[in-house]
Amino acid sequence: MIWAAVLVTAVGCYLLKLLGLSVPERVLEHPAMSRVADLIPVALLAALVAVQVIADGTRLVIDARLAGLAVAVVALLLRAPFLVVVAAAALTAALLRQ
Amino acid sequence: MSSDGGRGPSRRSVVRDSLGVGVATGAYGVSFGAISVGSGFSVAQTCVLSLLVFTGASQFALVGVVASGGNPLTGAVSALLLGSRNTLYGLRLAPLLGWTGGRRAGAAHLVIDESTAMSVSQPDRDLARVGFLVTGVCVFVLWNTATFAGAVGGEAIGDPRTYGLDAAVGAAFLALLWPRLSGGTQRLAALLAALLALGLVPLTTPGVPVLAAGLVAVALGLRMRRT
Repeated sequence: MIWAAVLVTAVGCYLLKLLGLSVPERVLEHPAMSRVADLIPVALLAALVAVQVIADGTRLVIDARLAGLAVAVVALLLRAPFLVVVAAAALTAALLRQ
Repeated sequence: MSSDGGRGPSRRSVVRDSLGVGVATGAYGVSFGAISVGSGFSVAQTCVLSLLVFTGASQFALVGVVASGGNPLTGAVSALLLGSRNTLYGLRLAPLLGWTGGRRAGAAHLVIDESTAMSVSQPDRDLARVGFLVTGVCVFVLWNTATFAGAVGGEAIGDPRTYGLDAAVGAAFLALLWPRLSGGTQRLAALLAALLALGLVPLTTPGVPVLAAGLVAVALGLRMRRT
């Protein structure tokens, strides 16, 4: 099942890239269309943050992950690089679980 | 200012900037590799994702949905929705790069955030191609090398929770989201999407809340006059 998902994602993501390079610009260049396309990554990423940090299966759980996220926010406000943000969140959660 | 004396960006400066962007973003790959293995993907599956999907946010989405107990195919749909922004990048790049046939098919794989950013900022086609190719190839090589290193390292450390890798996933998504929260509409979309997803967690199977959050983008995008 994971392999199937990996392959579907690979083929689909490539075709999405190729589609953009291949169709005439005006076909997809509609104001509402580009607004939606601009907001889709924002909405999905925000949902992924929320689910990743507070959900456990079908339950909502507050645990060390939320503390990790808080540290990540501070790191981002301090303009820390990606790797530092991620590592700081992991370290925080790991230490709280000791 | 004597900037009209033909002192635009030179080929060399474009190459240097592109390499810099490539090195910086290639480093994400370590976190992706470790998180992917910690979410239940094998080293081989993790490396195939970076080689063939090659668009970071989509890869993180698939892995994240599986990590939260979701169906892998639901994760794939989330990944494709995130990958749809590359279509819009392609629309902007096509007239700029002016490639057709096999070159276009090859270039398509390199259409990502970074290569687009380094290409659309150039003043002419030659430099746009240089920026696109150098950034794309550099990110590709480093992203895949780093993914492999992260995956092998992640496998060696065992239970991902001990090292807080589950918390790292949320932080990774937040770091990807952060630069996109530029305007009020974006912040509103993020807030509503997060709340909707959390509200749906107890009611649906894992993975569905994230997909449903995409509806927030559709609703806001269709209603707002501009972003």
